[in-house]
Amino acid sequence: MDDALRFRDDSAHEEPAVTLDAFLGQTNATAVRLESDEDARALIPHLDRLALIEVAFPSFRDGRGYSSARILREAGYTGELRAAGNVLVDQIAHMRRCGFDAFAPEKPLDPAAVERALGRYAFPYQKAADGRAPVWALRHG
Amino acid sequence: MYRYDQYDQSIVDARVEDFRDQVARRMSGAMSEDEFKPLRLMNGLYLQLHAYMLRVAIPYGTLDGRQMRMLGHIARKYDRGYGHFTTRQNLQFNWIELKDTPDILAELATVEMHAIQTSGNCIRNISSDQYAGAAADEATDPRPWAELLRQWSSFHPEFTYLPRKFKIAVIASDDDRAAMRLHDIGLQIVRNEAGEIGFKVYVGGGMGRTPMVGPLIRDFVSTADFLSYMEACLRVYNRYGRRDNIYKARIKILVHEIGADEYRRQVEEEFLHVKTLGLDPPAGEFERIAAFFAPPAWDRGLSDELDLSDPDFKLWVDQNVAAHKQPGYAIATISLKPIGGIPGDASAEQMELMADLAERYSFDELRVTHAQNIVLPHVRKADLYALWQALAGAGLGTANLDLISDIIACPGLDYCSLANARSIPLAQKIAERFASLDRQRDLGELKLKISGCINACGHHHAGHIGILGVDRKGTENYQLLLGGSGAEDASLGRITGPGFDEDGVVDAIERTVEKYRTVRLSGERFLDTYRRVGFEPFKEAIYG
Amino acid sequence: MKIATGNDLATGDVLWWDGEGWTRHVEDAVDVGETGTSLIAREEAARRVNVPYIIDAEMTDHGPRPAHIKDRIRARGPTVRLDLNRTPIDPATGSWVI
Repeated sequence: MDDALRFRDDSAHEEPAVTLDAFLGQTNATAVRLESDEDARALIPHLDRLALIEVAFPSFRDGRGYSSARILREAGYTGELRAAGNVLVDQIAHMRRCGFDAFAPEKPLDPAAVERALGRYAFPYQKAADGRAPVWALRHG
Repeated sequence: MYRYDQYDQSIVDARVEDFRDQVARRMSGAMSEDEFKPLRLMNGLYLQLHAYMLRVAIPYGTLDGRQMRMLGHIARKYDRGYGHFTTRQNLQFNWIELKDTPDILAELATVEMHAIQTSGNCIRNISSDQYAGAAADEATDPRPWAELLRQWSSFHPEFTYLPRKFKIAVIASDDDRAAMRLHDIGLQIVRNEAGEIGFKVYVGGGMGRTPMVGPLIRDFVSTADFLSYMEACLRVYNRYGRRDNIYKARIKILVHEIGADEYRRQVEEEFLHVKTLGLDPPAGEFERIAAFFAPPAWDRGLSDELDLSDPDFKLWVDQNVAAHKQPGYAIATISLKPIGGIPGDASAEQMELMADLAERYSFDELRVTHAQNIVLPHVRKADLYALWQALAGAGLGTANLDLISDIIACPGLDYCSLANARSIPLAQKIAERFASLDRQRDLGELKLKISGCINACGHHHAGHIGILGVDRKGTENYQLLLGGSGAEDASLGRITGPGFDEDGVVDAIERTVEKYRTVRLSGERFLDTYRRVGFEPFKEAIYG
Repeated sequence: MKIATGNDLATGDVLWWDGEGWTRHVEDAVDVGETGTSLIAREEAARRVNVPYIIDAEMTDHGPRPAHIKDRIRARGPTVRLDLNRTPIDPATGSWVI
């Protein structure tokens, strides 16, 4: 995978992601793929087993994956969280804020465009899953 | 009113550059229309019948003279000299060129304006009561909370690709002047027994194809829990709102299908979790925002006397001027519904005049109402006469607030690619039929609302008399509805029967109001009479 | 007859296929017959037109008249702002739209 689309220090996880049903049925899978209509909370009891969660975006208009990502980070998941599918450069910044740290877009992305997108907004209005201080925290110290 | 700090300004400026980049990618072909469309919609840019249309946000309907003047400038420089005020308190320019939009947004940003999230499947403009800060019946000014919501909802990373659009209204009085019950989330700020401020939360109201009045989900959310609770409401919708059918994708369908009790249960469960995340800003942030909405420096000891010897002035005061909580002051509504005019439209010259008048007579503040009029909220009674003269000289002095010619009309097929029928010519014909002010005043409060298609941007479901334009085998046809209300007594209009052509529906309205006149009791509005005598007598009068 | 219409990407102007290129004047639109679909696909791919589509029209003395009122309003301009309409071919053809 293109390094520009992975924002982690560890090395990429080699094992392929299994389906949610398969994951919940097996005991040794360490990577799972969550479809857009599947419940991220089903993974919460198993987060310590997982090194990679891939969240599907069948269409960039389907925003359920953003909630899935935040829910997983809120539950304490620290492994790789990858957005896969119809991912355009214009969604990268929001996805990062929701906790995604890797991207597998169908159409390749221009790394310079990705960097521009990520650097565009210096200040977020809300607290999210990326640990950045929201504007209200900057205002009130 | 709110003023941007460096953070707010930086965010709006970044958005301008972001969009400039997106436009360049679209123009070069690096991005397809399919990829670009959701992005341009998130910036309020539609491709309409004649050109691109830009919808500028006017947060909770509040703006100052400098901003109104900028809208006039944009109209002149980039459009055809006018703009259209909408039922969500925003402004639309109809003749925009894509290549100009980054510069337009850059100019708007210099006066703290933008077009962020005025379209698209995201949280839209937060609307509010046009009398906020001036009405005696409010628990508190709702607008600081609207501003808090605006910031929370802007570029929210989780809620930018919702199943469908999301509209929030916030009011603070029992009288609903903002059609709050007909929003995806409707909020009424109330005080509990201890005098503390909190929110009554209604979820699942809306118009369109399947209109619904929003059920109450929680009768008191404290200010400390407010944004976490909103987050929970949106998260449940983002996760479980339908995405299989564009006509079933609003939150009202979710609430209706799973039931208000189940929706509430899911929200409460999510809220308990979200509350642990520390998303709510400190009280100091609200206080910082609220300070911008402190009352103006009132003149004291002003007289409440008004010289009403000029009969035309008296008519305007009777109809368009409402009581202000501060002695010596009044709330004035500028009608954008001159007889035969285009409802909600204002020329660049009129915008500039309204800006001047606001600066001179209303502490430099204006409001846009969801009925497509403009309010000057803080006018000294002693200044009303001079104000009215200036308005009357510019075609802005029509004394018809809430009368039958104060029509809400969407742009319709004259402008909108979604429309099935034209709405503006019909509004003009109706206003001309009822042009006599004596006749209008005799009919009294009669809220007539016209939509050119089922999307209901003209709020026809909420009209005392509503009209829906449809396409009947290639020709324009109009359905008549009776008995809707967007106020605190919210109700949805009922279709009377077979539709009419344009002249036919005007005649049908004439028969409807004549029936009202023959059966009304003293003091009854049209809506009251309709609710008392029922649908059948009116149906009989219309169809014979 | 079938005519092709779309918008200019940069300006949003309404366009009509005149046989060789895209014009702002509906009276110059030509019948695209059965080849319309492939024609507009080619033109859109070449970025000479944005969101094109084919509509029905009938030929009149003043050129093609779109079958649906929506397209006639697109061709001329808002019926409530005649001052903003494209130059009318003939001022007496107010009934052309409605």
